[in-house]
Amino acid sequence: MKFQEELKESIRKALPELDVVIGWCGSFDPLHATPHFIYGEEDIEKLEISPLNVHNLATYLPGMRGKKVGVVVKGCDSRSVVELLQEKLISRDDITIFGFPCTGVIDQSKVKKAIGYVGNVQSCDMSDESLVVVVDDKPHSLKLSEVLAEKCKSCRYPDAIISDYFVGDRIAKKDPAEPNYKELEKFEKLAVSERFGYWLKELDRCIRCYACRSACPLCVCRDHCIAESRDPHWLSQENNVRDKLMFQVIHAYHMAGRCTECGECQRACPVDIPILMLKQKMNKEVLDIFNYEAGVNLKDTPPLLSFKMEEENITEKDW
Amino acid sequence: MPVLEGKELRIVGFLCNWCSYGGADTAGVGRFNQPTDLRIIKVPCSGRIDPLFIVKALMNGADGVLVSGCHPRDCHYSEGNFYARRRLEIMQKFLPILGYEPGRFEYTWVSASEGQRWQQVVTEFTDQIHKLGPAPKIVGPEASDTLSLMQAALK
Repeated sequence: MKFQEELKESIRKALPELDVVIGWCGSFDPLHATPHFIYGEEDIEKLEISPLNVHNLATYLPGMRGKKVGVVVKGCDSRSVVELLQEKLISRDDITIFGFPCTGVIDQSKVKKAIGYVGNVQSCDMSDESLVVVVDDKPHSLKLSEVLAEKCKSCRYPDAIISDYFVGDRIAKKDPAEPNYKELEKFEKLAVSERFGYWLKELDRCIRCYACRSACPLCVCRDHCIAESRDPHWLSQENNVRDKLMFQVIHAYHMAGRCTECGECQRACPVDIPILMLKQKMNKEVLDIFNYEAGVNLKDTPPLLSFKMEEENITEKDW
Repeated sequence: MPVLEGKELRIVGFLCNWCSYGGADTAGVGRFNQPTDLRIIKVPCSGRIDPLFIVKALMNGADGVLVSGCHPRDCHYSEGNFYARRRLEIMQKFLPILGYEPGRFEYTWVSASEGQRWQQVVTEFTDQIHKLGPAPKIVGPEASDTLSLMQAALK
């Protein structure tokens, strides 16, 4: 990316004041990136900005409270930072935000589906519109638009909405469009029994690894998650689909009015369960009832942390 | 119980201690006729109700869930039901995506003196649940256990 050098320069400038800067660098193969902790000059050179930078680095911030941390964010990640600040889970004085205009990230599941075996990737060349992946000496040419993460196709905040250093040219439109919930609306039209069956079938694959929880920037309870509590005993240790589904409902409900739809839960899922849809549904209703979007405005109070005596958009059942 | 076997559904009611539980008591003292499908769980305040109680109840075999608290502005703890209203409204709108009909869960406000209103709420809600019939139940560890039962029910 053309602004990569500029970004390194800003990090170089800010690093002496900071304990660490979190960015991304190359990983075990050319098709993957990994979070990268920058402590000194030699680490700065390894920083890479590419469509492979899927991770939402805001996830690290609540666990590093008290340290001076710099964080490189995409547009969607910056909303998580704003939401964490809104909820006072991190302090603005402790963090330095590096933003850049993001043109979308690659969905590894889609790449895997298109290529098949991705165990021995030798190289991965990316341009603005395509990428060429060489696996076992065989080159595969893919259109970037085909392997772009679903959330990026309808991205409304490509630029970091909060930043101390912003590199590159801003690409966001002045008024973000309405959120795109077409897929969700299609699903909502199915019969109730089909919807019920759909979640059972999808959740059947769940191995309860809780990667969705670990990757979520707003799941801040960590060791105190009610999924592991024995008293109250919300979830059993048994292997059954009811508890698997119940956990996803817990996650979705605890994200109500907080989720910024960064999609990390679904991205982290090793068995590709479409759990982002549950959060989108929650967000759609929150937008509907409270006209509120999480992680957009630092001064907003999340809707479930406040109330009005008269709620304009809640009509109660007339018995 | 055997007389009612198959005729009754399982409805769980979460009632606040100060208004609705009193209202249900008033209805009882006044000897108002009520359907007997509802099982009541008393909670200190509607604000005590974690909306996940509702999902948990439905997933564990309830056919309907009713929540009732003090009227807005009448909460014993001043603002518990204001918070509850927001939480419950969101949960009510969320449930359909999981495959539960919107009418399986309702929330309302009944004060301690409104025995008559309590009778009306219980009767109407029970009717509503009977119209919907039994809620889908999750049985067994695998999804296929439940799905094959659902398939058999459709045949």
